[in-house]
Amino acid sequence: MHGVFDIVGPVMIGPSSSHTAGAARLGLMARKILGERPVRAEINLHGSFAKTYKGHGTDKALLAGIMGMEPDDMRLREALEMAEEGGLSYVFKQVELREAHPNTAVIYLVGETGRVARVRGASVGGGNILISNIDGYEVELSGQYPVLLTIHRDRPGVITQVTRILSRYEVNIAFMRVSRQSRGETAMMIMELDDEPTAEVVEECGQVPDVSMARSVPAV
Amino acid sequence: MVNFNNMAELVSLAKEKDLPIHEIVIAREMHTSLRRREDLVKEMAASWQVMQESIARGMNNKEKSLSGLTGGDARKIFLYSGEKSCAPYLGQSALRAVAAAVGVNEVNAVMGRIVACPTAGSCGIVPAALYAARERGVSEEKLVLSLFTAAGIGMIVDQNASIAGASGGCQAECGTAAAMAAGALVEVAGGTPEEVGEAVALSLKNLLGLVCDPVAGLVEVPCVKRNGFAVVEAMLAADMALSGVKSVIPVDEVIEAMDEIGRAMPKSLRETSQGGLAATATARKIEQGLYGNQP
Repeated sequence: MHGVFDIVGPVMIGPSSSHTAGAARLGLMARKILGERPVRAEINLHGSFAKTYKGHGTDKALLAGIMGMEPDDMRLREALEMAEEGGLSYVFKQVELREAHPNTAVIYLVGETGRVARVRGASVGGGNILISNIDGYEVELSGQYPVLLTIHRDRPGVITQVTRILSRYEVNIAFMRVSRQSRGETAMMIMELDDEPTAEVVEECGQVPDVSMARSVPAV
Repeated sequence: MVNFNNMAELVSLAKEKDLPIHEIVIAREMHTSLRRREDLVKEMAASWQVMQESIARGMNNKEKSLSGLTGGDARKIFLYSGEKSCAPYLGQSALRAVAAAVGVNEVNAVMGRIVACPTAGSCGIVPAALYAARERGVSEEKLVLSLFTAAGIGMIVDQNASIAGASGGCQAECGTAAAMAAGALVEVAGGTPEEVGEAVALSLKNLLGLVCDPVAGLVEVPCVKRNGFAVVEAMLAADMALSGVKSVIPVDEVIEAMDEIGRAMPKSLRETSQGGLAATATARKIEQGLYGNQP
């Protein structure tokens, strides 16, 4: 059963929990996955998002999220202007994706140091979201838990070493998923945690041999 | 642990412990979220504050929505309710609640800040009902606590039927909101837990079968004005329940029926804008004007 504030809530900028509030959370999630200030955004809209985004302010909400705003931020309606003033160039495209949820967006971001992120996600109703792909790796993320994300070489023992670090710091894993491009190549591990990992934990995970990147993505 | 899966369980827990329904809902939430009572009440008070701001803004709103379809009606109703020559059939209090409900939804349509309750499309109904209670002198504290009762009702409908137009049509959104509002109104008026249950049954029954057919896919037509109609219905259901009227069909069976009706509802009438009002000649023309020649 849902909680009290899922029913009386969320506090949000209208008009639609799926097309506005959920869109803002998708943008925010993409921003947090990128992990730095974005300077360029390409946003592909599919299905109902593509058709009705102007009437629902979906474009403003996505951009607001990408700039780090929460779904109840009053500045959300000025997001297009704020992006231009703040040095974030953006483009929206309408696309047809195969077998995608009707409210799907694929967001490409380029950050200020040149870091890039490609995030695909859907707004699945009531402001809830589901991220289904990060940088080509299949994932399943709701944004409700803080996440520790690693890229590592697909070989035995890497996962144990990372989870041992979490265990040592008494960080509990709520959900976990490993996905690889092909055997022995690079793989991505996504751990949804009960508590936000400290910088120390993230750093230590990043130092595990065969782990090329460890990053924390806060809940949105 | 305090837990409930349907209205019968919620009502009997309240009776058994001799507590108002909101206390049962709070106790359950404390357990599942591991949060303190005072934090929960504080967060709810903050939501009530946002609701009141959206009402104040809505009643004065002259701004049109992005699509231009809505905006300015709440103000018309509010001003009309205050005219000397005005003798509203509903009475001033109900008419002002209508203005509040329409207003909150207009604020939603112009990208203002609202509290989804349970959804954005039905966000005016519960705040407007509580506004009517506040106008009669019900204390802020009681109003905030009654929002937990409203939430408990919504949680049960969500669990046993649906609160999403895409799954259950508008009965799931405005219907649920009216039931939540009716229950809260009964509680702040001093009604018993059973009467809260009756108000939920009475209000839901009357909105069973309501479809979700928004013009051009936007949360505007018929949603904005429907919020006004639904708050009147919530007030009426509360009054009927307080007068001792009982629903012949028990509340949980009404929710079951709502679920069945939602499942039987064609997809064209579940937020796809393929049927109903959304498929009328005028709606298609509006759509054409907004989006051009898209499928």
